[in-house]
Amino acid sequence: MKLSSIVWLEIFERKNQVITSFLAILLGISVIVSIKNITYFSEKAVARELDALGANILILPKSASIQNYYNADMQGDVFPEEYVTRLSTSDLQGLDNLSPKLSLPIQLSGKNFILTGILPKNEFQAKAAWQGAGIFSRPQGCGTIVDLPGSEKPVAKETLVRKRVIDTLDESSALVGADMASLLSLKEGDTVKLLEKEFKIIGVLPVTGTIDDSRAFAHLHTVQKMAGKGPAVNAIEVVGCCEQISKGLVQKINSLLPEAKVVTITQIVDTQINTNHMMARLSLLFLAIIVLVGGASIANYMYANVYERRREIGTLMAMGAGSKIVLRLFLLKGLLLGLSGGVFGYVLGTILAVVLGPWVAGVPVLPMPSLILWAVGLAVFITLVASYFPARQASQLDPCTALQEI
Amino acid sequence: MNMLSLQQVTKQYAHRGKTVQALDEVSVDISKGDFVSIVGPSGSGKSTFLLMLGGMLSPTSGKITLAGESLYDLNPEERAFFRRKNIGFLFQTFNLVPYLTALENVKIPLFLAGLSSTDQEKKATELLIRVGLAERLNHKPSELSGGQQQRVALARMLANDPAVVLADEPTGNLDPDTTESILNFLDEINREGRTVLMVTHDPRASKRAKRVLRLAEGKLVQNTNSIA
Repeated sequence: MKLSSIVWLEIFERKNQVITSFLAILLGISVIVSIKNITYFSEKAVARELDALGANILILPKSASIQNYYNADMQGDVFPEEYVTRLSTSDLQGLDNLSPKLSLPIQLSGKNFILTGILPKNEFQAKAAWQGAGIFSRPQGCGTIVDLPGSEKPVAKETLVRKRVIDTLDESSALVGADMASLLSLKEGDTVKLLEKEFKIIGVLPVTGTIDDSRAFAHLHTVQKMAGKGPAVNAIEVVGCCEQISKGLVQKINSLLPEAKVVTITQIVDTQINTNHMMARLSLLFLAIIVLVGGASIANYMYANVYERRREIGTLMAMGAGSKIVLRLFLLKGLLLGLSGGVFGYVLGTILAVVLGPWVAGVPVLPMPSLILWAVGLAVFITLVASYFPARQASQLDPCTALQEI
Repeated sequence: MNMLSLQQVTKQYAHRGKTVQALDEVSVDISKGDFVSIVGPSGSGKSTFLLMLGGMLSPTSGKITLAGESLYDLNPEERAFFRRKNIGFLFQTFNLVPYLTALENVKIPLFLAGLSSTDQEKKATELLIRVGLAERLNHKPSELSGGQQQRVALARMLANDPAVVLADEPTGNLDPDTTESILNFLDEINREGRTVLMVTHDPRASKRAKRVLRLAEGKLVQNTNSIA
């Protein structure tokens, strides 16, 4: 015989009474687990979609206007390339990719195009000052880029279009946009003369529907030499983590580069912020409901249980059980209710999330083992708090009154 | 040698705004190995007297000593420990835990005393065999007769080998044959050297005691040998 045996045997003897309280905890925890689970994967999906949109922060010269987000770098003003170093060596979190650009207008066959100089990733890694603290040595994607089963790694051209980054690009190579290639009948392996310099076309970019389709991309340092403006750029495109943007990344970049103008696509950020806030409020609402309903149900059941068992409590005291043993008897019951409610609530909530997630939020939902700790912790906290006052009342019962002998 | 001693013990409590005198300056000494029956009309303070001796109800004034220890100078936790070591209770309504089997009921005081599961099993089985319930170890109280339930309570009471047995109307709910059987057990445990105090309304039961204490309106009005 152990204290836990007494508790289990009593629970099974009166299982019809305990079932209501158990269900209150079970269902409450299930709902919260499924909301948290669906929310997590929903946020990841939103973040992935936002990430797929490409650069979401632009750093421009102070004087630049931003009528059109996609050709904001075409205004002639420049700032030092050294700004890239400042960003790379800063401790700012949420900078997933940096892409400094210098753009020049060009004409080919009587048509207007843009030559844009970009810095390949290997140039960042080659610069001693950017290593270690460099942007590419940090974890990227804010943990949001999850390689789901079946997803494919992007090829270099798509990476350039989406993330404004390419691994390598030598000084006489170029990539051309889809419209430019089409209008000039260019294809991979051809050579093209741009501002008196010959470039070998190493790839034709897919259609983006933006002004990028009319661009040719070459090495930044080559374009800088062609422009004769020294080590200058007229834009830095940043793929910022939306979560960090919502936490004030733009303001932090502004503080770091007070001479530049930092802009973002506010709708994108607002979407992320609103989604996060709505999910957080929904979780809080359900949390409050479970704490109130579950806690009240457990407390009510425990008070009734103490009243029903007062003769048993008196008998235990007559046999020499102290108040601490009686207190533990009821707290242990609360603990067991919490543990079982938490574990089964996690299981049920996870099943609900996996089954209903794709239907409710339109995203695939996978089980999150880390939520079991959260579910069990919350359930145990609620049941222990709700059981404490009835348990204390039991431990302070007058054994004579409990035995109804007087 | 005195096992129990009450010195000028008074117990008052409030009931519906009135003060009720449950015990009124009762003084009595009870020797080790004595068998005492406490008799008196309903409301005379018999159960109050027994519960106070058991360390379950503190007196309004006076002193109660058991085995040389002043019971109400101990704090509640110490008193519970003292009760566990020295006192066994037997109740009129048996007070078995309804969801536990006979064996599990007897194990409770052994668990409270900190015995291992193996020792609990061994000793509880021995005690139930002693009271003639070898075939009823795994029966719940609802599956036992009144007499069998009282024998389970007897086995449970003996589990921690108490020096003092306090029985409150132990035969009050039993038929004559079962009453005789329970009284025989009380005789037997008294012969083992335990001090037995039994509250009873039954004249036949009180005659089995060596001594009779009669209470009336909270006062001790008779303290004589049973044979006298």
